[in-house]
Amino acid sequence: MSTPPVTAAALGLLSCHDCGLLSKPQDGHMACPRCGAPLHPRKVNSVARAWAFLIAAAVCYIPANLLPVMQAGSMFGSQKDTIFSGVVYLWNSGSEPIALLILFASIMVPLAKLITLTYLLISVQRRSLMRPLLRTKLYRLAEFIGRWSMIDIYVVALLVTLVQFGGFATIEPAPGAIAFGLVVILTMISALSFDPRLIWDPIEDKA
Amino acid sequence: MGAGDISMGSSPDISSLIACHECDLLHRQTALPPGGVACCTRCGAELYANPRDSLNRALALTLAAAILYVTLNVLPIVSLDAQGIVTTATLLGSARALHAAGMTSVALLVFATTIFVPTAYLFAMLYLLVPYKFGYTPPQMPEVLRAVHMLKHWGMIEVYLLGVMAALVKLGHLAIIKPGPSLWLLAALVFVLAAAVAAFDSHNFWHIGEAAGNRPLQ
Repeated sequence: MSTPPVTAAALGLLSCHDCGLLSKPQDGHMACPRCGAPLHPRKVNSVARAWAFLIAAAVCYIPANLLPVMQAGSMFGSQKDTIFSGVVYLWNSGSEPIALLILFASIMVPLAKLITLTYLLISVQRRSLMRPLLRTKLYRLAEFIGRWSMIDIYVVALLVTLVQFGGFATIEPAPGAIAFGLVVILTMISALSFDPRLIWDPIEDKA
Repeated sequence: MGAGDISMGSSPDISSLIACHECDLLHRQTALPPGGVACCTRCGAELYANPRDSLNRALALTLAAAILYVTLNVLPIVSLDAQGIVTTATLLGSARALHAAGMTSVALLVFATTIFVPTAYLFAMLYLLVPYKFGYTPPQMPEVLRAVHMLKHWGMIEVYLLGVMAALVKLGHLAIIKPGPSLWLLAALVFVLAAAVAAFDSHNFWHIGEAAGNRPLQ
């Protein structure tokens, strides 16, 4: 069998983003005949949108890591915690597994996501033919793990809720939390904007 | 269970075909046995599934998830005892505390991902499943299915559960911290919700309605 595989695009068919129905658009009528959703060959402005959210996320990644995410105050003074100093504190107090979990979810996952999406976008723009399956799997991984970075936001929320003992001890959120939340949301939107079919399009055109 | 891919030259009926949403490869749709999943032969993405007894299971599990979710909102998830002063945290309480501390934007993020999205998701699923069960297609079904698809990305109950664990460990050194009844409800909810999501396939949902000849609900 040497016949190349056939894609929907090659036959002029569009598949609905919402209900998955395949249809042939007639006289420029670009709506799904079953569910009425507007039809597009690929996600609209996928590359430009993914880049925009990715760059915004990269900018926020800096304050997210440098600014404190919370501030613990007691009658003995106050202490500001960044994400990294929180990890160090957990490690030193003997909670190595949780320290590693936070290190992974809050520092490494967002960074890995920024690098992965940058690589995918550049490779798509260069119409790379290299290892499309591997790149598709990278995309799936980036899309799947991104949400887990929210752990730190929830930890801050819970500590702020629980540690409210007036002058004795309080924990307040600090501006780094805003930047950190933005990194999580922006990388998620960037990944959702990216259309993995763009990875496979150059391979079709070549065949 | 894979669906057959199409080679150039054959001109099959469009309605029997499906395109992979991740690599655009065309496949001929085949009927799946109960519990079967069809995957793309080129990139491995899931094309469609035929969950076992989909409608009944999805409905039962979604109802169970809704009951768990409502209950866990009224009971504390954790409480902290520092020399006799006790504070407690609930799901809504953690969003409210951030707002009270002046971080409304982060509070909104927590509220959206742990309260608004899960609630909207459960309502949307029940809106689809209950009329379907009785042979009706609810009004605006495509729009609601679209919303369900969107909401799935932004509900983060399972991440919140892990956050509670991390907070328990972090505070464990400083004070007496007690898991509340809602922590167990939360853990149960994560599993029930995952099972409810797995029992529902939007592609299959259209087929169920078409096969059963569902009437529109006026």
